[in-house]
Amino acid sequence: MTNENTISRRGLFMKLGILFNGVVATALAVPIVRFLLASVTRGRANGYVSWVPLGSLREFPEGETRLATFRNPNVMPTDGKTVDTACWVRRIAGDEFQVFAVNCAHLGCPVRWFPQSGLFMCPCHGGAYYRDGSRASGPPERGLFEYPYKVENGLITIQAGELPTPGPSAFVVGKKPTCA
Amino acid sequence: MRLITQIGEWFDRRLQLAAPIREAVEHPVPRNTASWWYVFGSAALVVFLLQLLTGIMLAMIYVPSASEAWSSLQSLNHDVTLGWFVRAMHGWGSNFMIAIVLIHMVQVFLFGAYKFPRELTWIVGVFLLLMTLGMAFSGQVLRFDQDAYWGLGIGASIASRVPFAGPAIVKLMLGGPIIAGATLSRFFALHVFVIPGMLIGFVCLHLLMVLKLGINEWPMPGRIVKRATYTTEYHELTKNDGAPFVPYAVWKDLFFAGFILLAVAACAVYFGPFGPTGQPDPTIIQTAPKPDYFFLWLYALLSLLPPSMETPALLIGPVVAIIGLLLLPFLSGEGEKSWRRRPIAVLTVLLIAITLSTFTHLAGFAPWSPHMNAWSGDPVPQRFLHDSTALQRQGALVFQVKQCRNCHSLGEIGGQRGPALDGVAVRLTQDQLIRQVIQGGGNMPAYGKNLSPAETTALVSFLETLHPANQAPARDASRDAALAQQSEETRAQIQP
Repeated sequence: MTNENTISRRGLFMKLGILFNGVVATALAVPIVRFLLASVTRGRANGYVSWVPLGSLREFPEGETRLATFRNPNVMPTDGKTVDTACWVRRIAGDEFQVFAVNCAHLGCPVRWFPQSGLFMCPCHGGAYYRDGSRASGPPERGLFEYPYKVENGLITIQAGELPTPGPSAFVVGKKPTCA
Repeated sequence: MRLITQIGEWFDRRLQLAAPIREAVEHPVPRNTASWWYVFGSAALVVFLLQLLTGIMLAMIYVPSASEAWSSLQSLNHDVTLGWFVRAMHGWGSNFMIAIVLIHMVQVFLFGAYKFPRELTWIVGVFLLLMTLGMAFSGQVLRFDQDAYWGLGIGASIASRVPFAGPAIVKLMLGGPIIAGATLSRFFALHVFVIPGMLIGFVCLHLLMVLKLGINEWPMPGRIVKRATYTTEYHELTKNDGAPFVPYAVWKDLFFAGFILLAVAACAVYFGPFGPTGQPDPTIIQTAPKPDYFFLWLYALLSLLPPSMETPALLIGPVVAIIGLLLLPFLSGEGEKSWRRRPIAVLTVLLIAITLSTFTHLAGFAPWSPHMNAWSGDPVPQRFLHDSTALQRQGALVFQVKQCRNCHSLGEIGGQRGPALDGVAVRLTQDQLIRQVIQGGGNMPAYGKNLSPAETTALVSFLETLHPANQAPARDASRDAALAQQSEETRAQIQP
């Protein structure tokens, strides 16, 4: 009934059916992929970062390094305590500050400040940093991450919202604060 | 009895499964494969089924929300009847599963079972291993405590180092810019739906191939695998020297599986569930996170690799290892199966096993890590201060308050990050000690900015007393010579 150059009615319908499903699948793939990549695409334009207050200047005596906590700017109802973040605030003098992420520049463990020896030390793989955040010893390849800060009306505010990681991160790469 | 047979026949009339099942269970296997060496695959399957069962039970109570997960684990441990036991079974089941999968893999490798025609069975097995490790890591995240929180941070830090795509991968992995509710939810989806679904599919494929291709015969030295003849040889072997899998070989699998289940239960009862440790609150930084047992070797490796090699090793190492495993059956798909004629295979297994266990052992006491609180303010033991001058005692005080012992031990107490200082004066002269303290180096921070000149002088004069009674401290010979020359010149000037 059919030779090599013709196609049967049923064969054509099957091929059209496959094509139809292919078109539908492609159309559905767009929202699916956009949903899956939402956390990436939103962050591109620094959509996660904003200014958060750390507290009044009086809480940070000159010449000392103190632990401060702040609430991450983006909060979802199920986040619990994970949105509360710690950072180390070093007040050098007057309005001159350094605000370090607690995350070690090696693999992100929380570093602790030891005022007597003037070092930040990491409990995981033994990274150590000087009081100005620069690398002292151990596996980290760079100094501690710094948050950009500004001082206004007796309040210190930092630009935060992303977990600092040793790769090329969006903003916490030790850049000089823009507004301070 | 007749009723049961009738019901069975009613079902089989419709399902038509009895004949293929009978054929599968009674398929002939080579007689000498009914060995205790061939029980690990079935044991891995049984432990996987146990994980499915206990996992479903845990999911009835567990709440995959960053604000509730930790307390739901607490109520499993303390409030729900036998909740602690189910958690412990699931946790120990996971450890046993990884161990059995690894032993199974080593056995298959040493028995040459990955060779023709079972290459794809091996490749599917490699993916099963990766999924098992993925289950172990994602399971550790679901135990949402401090270790899980900071463990995710470590995972993110590693992922961020991927060139170009790093930051995107981190956000994809965390489901947002930070470790939070969305992170736990997506790891829950991975651990409960995605990976188990793939595992079930791959296990079925793996088993199907074992049935279709037959179990690997006991490897005989000198019996060479050739693509052209192997299949005929194998069929002859099962025909002439074969026996039905059930019951001839299966009883050993049954006994071993039962024994493993008992062992998991015994560990669960005796050791109890794993954690959870402290609350996943990132403002509590007094924590020293450590991974679960099977990732401890990586924890040690990450601190011992030179910093410049770390990123390449982390990103390229796993890729090379996985490609190597996948290519193995193509690189040596024919030839000897017996480990007696494959010395390089045996040595490779030994090398990997020794390396992994050495790193795991090192991770147990972490000699590279400054001990954060221990000995910080411990006074210098009295015996180091006998007959010491005021300056040396002042130096001992500096030694105490500047937390030298976080990294250095004295009298066998203290950190192991730096060398023990009991005999440091034998190794370093006064000048070298001053230089080391002020400038650091050799992985020691520089203390020049944190010590006043007076403190440095006192500290070094104390360190100079640290030498065994019968061993003189190190001296700088050129300095001695210079001093001797100077005094001679002075004498010459005095006596004209």
